[in-house]
Amino acid sequence: MRFDLLTTPVDGVSEAYDVVAGFDGALVGGLLRPGAEQIAALHALAAAVSGTPLAGRVAEAVEKTIAGSISDEHLAALVAARSALLGAAHDALLARLDEAAGRSRGTWPADGPGVSAGADNLLAAARSWLSDLAIAGWRGIDHDLVSHADQAVQALLAEPRLRRLGALLDGFAGELRASAPGATMPRVPVRRWADLWARAVLLAQPGALAAAEAGAVSGRLLPLGIDLHEHPTAVQAQVHAVLETADGPRLVRASVSAPKVDTLVGSGVWQLLRSHSALLAAITEQRAMELTDMPVTPGGDLIWSDAHAKPGTPAEPFATARVQLAAAAAAPVPPLERHPVRLAEPVLIEGYTTAAHDDGVTLTLPGLTLEVDLERMHGAGPLTPALVAASTACIGLLRWDGHWTIQPLAVEAQVKRKTVAVHAGAWAGGAADAAGAKAEAAAADAVKVLRERAGRLLRR
Amino acid sequence: MNAAQKPWEERSAARVVAPARPRKLAKVPFVELADGRLQGVVSSGSDIERVYVSSLTAANHSFHCSTNNNRPCGGIRSGGCNHLRALADEAVLQYGVARVARYLRADVAEDATTGAAVLAAVNAWHEPSAGAPVFSRFLRHLAYLELPATTEPLPELHWFPAGGAVR
Repeated sequence: MRFDLLTTPVDGVSEAYDVVAGFDGALVGGLLRPGAEQIAALHALAAAVSGTPLAGRVAEAVEKTIAGSISDEHLAALVAARSALLGAAHDALLARLDEAAGRSRGTWPADGPGVSAGADNLLAAARSWLSDLAIAGWRGIDHDLVSHADQAVQALLAEPRLRRLGALLDGFAGELRASAPGATMPRVPVRRWADLWARAVLLAQPGALAAAEAGAVSGRLLPLGIDLHEHPTAVQAQVHAVLETADGPRLVRASVSAPKVDTLVGSGVWQLLRSHSALLAAITEQRAMELTDMPVTPGGDLIWSDAHAKPGTPAEPFATARVQLAAAAAAPVPPLERHPVRLAEPVLIEGYTTAAHDDGVTLTLPGLTLEVDLERMHGAGPLTPALVAASTACIGLLRWDGHWTIQPLAVEAQVKRKTVAVHAGAWAGGAADAAGAKAEAAAADAVKVLRERAGRLLRR
Repeated sequence: MNAAQKPWEERSAARVVAPARPRKLAKVPFVELADGRLQGVVSSGSDIERVYVSSLTAANHSFHCSTNNNRPCGGIRSGGCNHLRALADEAVLQYGVARVARYLRADVAEDATTGAAVLAAVNAWHEPSAGAPVFSRFLRHLAYLELPATTEPLPELHWFPAGGAVR
C-alpha cells in the first residue's frame, strides 16, 4: 500500500466543500428569507453545477428560493446539486484510495429509471416535514416542528422497503429533539445536519429507494472484522469480508440491523442481531462460512440469509488480510450512496509507530501520520484505544471526514510479551469476559421488562 | 503530514448527543428529555396493570402526574411526588446530572449528583396537564422492539458510529 499517496490533497475536493459549506450555512437560518451572504452561496451552488445536466433545474430552484417561493421540487434540485458535489468528492477520494491500495474496482452498471417502491404518500409526508425544516432553519426549530416527524417516522419504520429513510429520519429527529429549541443552541452541527437532511430529501424522492437487482454469489467467506453503527433507536453490524469466488477474491459486506431503544447500548446490542445472522457467531469463533447462491447487490452488499450459508473451517482475520486483501477486487458504490462519509475501505497496516496523545492516538507510517478515529471505537468489544496504541499491526477501515483517519477493526498487540490479536467485533457471537457478559445480561433483562410492559399496555 | 482535524461544525460524523447509559428498567421503564420536558412512565408498585405518567416542564418548572387512565396521582405534594422523584433519579442515571439540569434549566450546585438535587433546585409546582402525549411516546418507544430486524444494508448509518468519545 502506498500511503504516501494519501498525503497530498485530492484535486477539487476542498473547492467542492467550500461551495457545500456556503449552502449548509444558508440552512442555519433557513431558506425562507436568505440574506446577501446566503444568496451568494446559492448562486455559487448553481454555478458549480452549471456545466452538468442539473444546470437548468438548479438555476431555477435558486431563483425561486431567492424570490421566496420555494417548493419541494426546488428543494430536491438544490439537494441534487449539493449531493452531486459531495458525490464527486467521494469519487475522487475513493479513486485516490484505490490507487494507494492498488485496489481494482468494478464500474456501476448503467441504471434504468428507478422503479418506485410505492408508498408515495409516506414519502410525501417525509418531504413535507423536510421542507418545513429547511424553511425554518436549524436556528428556527422548536419542539412542535420536531415532533411533527413522529408520525411519518413511525409509518416509514413499519414499511421494510422504506427502512433506510425511517432509520435516518429517526436518528436525525432524535438529535433535533435533544437540541431544540434551535434559537438557544450553543453550537450548530452545520455540516452534519445538512448531510442528514439532504440524504433524507434524496431518499424521499419516489424511486430513490427502489431495490437494486440482486445477483448471487458462492464461495468461501473470510471475515475481516465488524463495523458497528448505532443511534438511539437503531443498531447495525456491518461485516467486512473477502469472498473467494471462482473469479478470484472480492471484497464484500454483510449487514444486519435492528430497531432498538436508547437504553440498550454497548455489548447489549449484539443479542438483537445474533439470531438473524449466523455470521456473527462465526466471527467470534473465527471461522469462515461457505456460501451457496447468497444474494448480493451490485454494490457488494450480501443480503444475508442463513439458508445460503454453512459454517466453514477456522479462519483468522490477520491471515486473510495478509494473504487475500491486496488482491481482492472491490465493488462499485451505488450512485445515491456516494458521499465521503460512506468511505470505509478495509486495509491492513503494519510497520508503523504509534503515539498516544491527550486527544487521541496516531499511527505513523513512512510518509503518513494517520489519526485513529476514536469516535468510531465502541465499548461493545474488547478493542480499546490503549491496545491500538500498543499495536504492531492493524486491520482497519480508512475513512475521510475532512482528512484521512483509520477506524481499527482489529489489532495485533504485545500483551505480556506475547503477540495477541484483539477484534472490535469479538463479542458479536457472545461476550468472552465477565464485564461483557454482565452488560449482556443487564440488556437482556431490560428487553424482558420492556416486552412485559408492551404485552400489557401496547395492544389495548 | 496529515491535515488537521476539522472543527466539529464541519464534520459529517460529529457527535451531537451522548449515548444514553444503561440502567435497570423495572421501576421506571421510560424516561426522556423531549418536547421541553423531563417526562416518562413509572410502574405502579401495587397494580401491575397501572403506570404513572409524570412530567416536569423546562419552561416554568410545573409538573404533572397521573395514571395511564388519567386519574390524578394521590401522592402529589409541594415539590413533586414519589413518581416524579423516581423519574428524576432514573433520568440522572440515563443522561447524567449535568444534561438533565441543563435541559430543565435547573441551577444545581457543581457537586450535585442526584435527581433529588435537580428537583430541589427547580422547586416544582403542580399543574395538571395532559398525560396522554407522554403515554403515547412510551407506547411508541415499546413498539421499537416489535419491529423486525433486516439484513439489507442501511448505508445512512455510517453517519452514526457506535460508541465514541463525547465532545
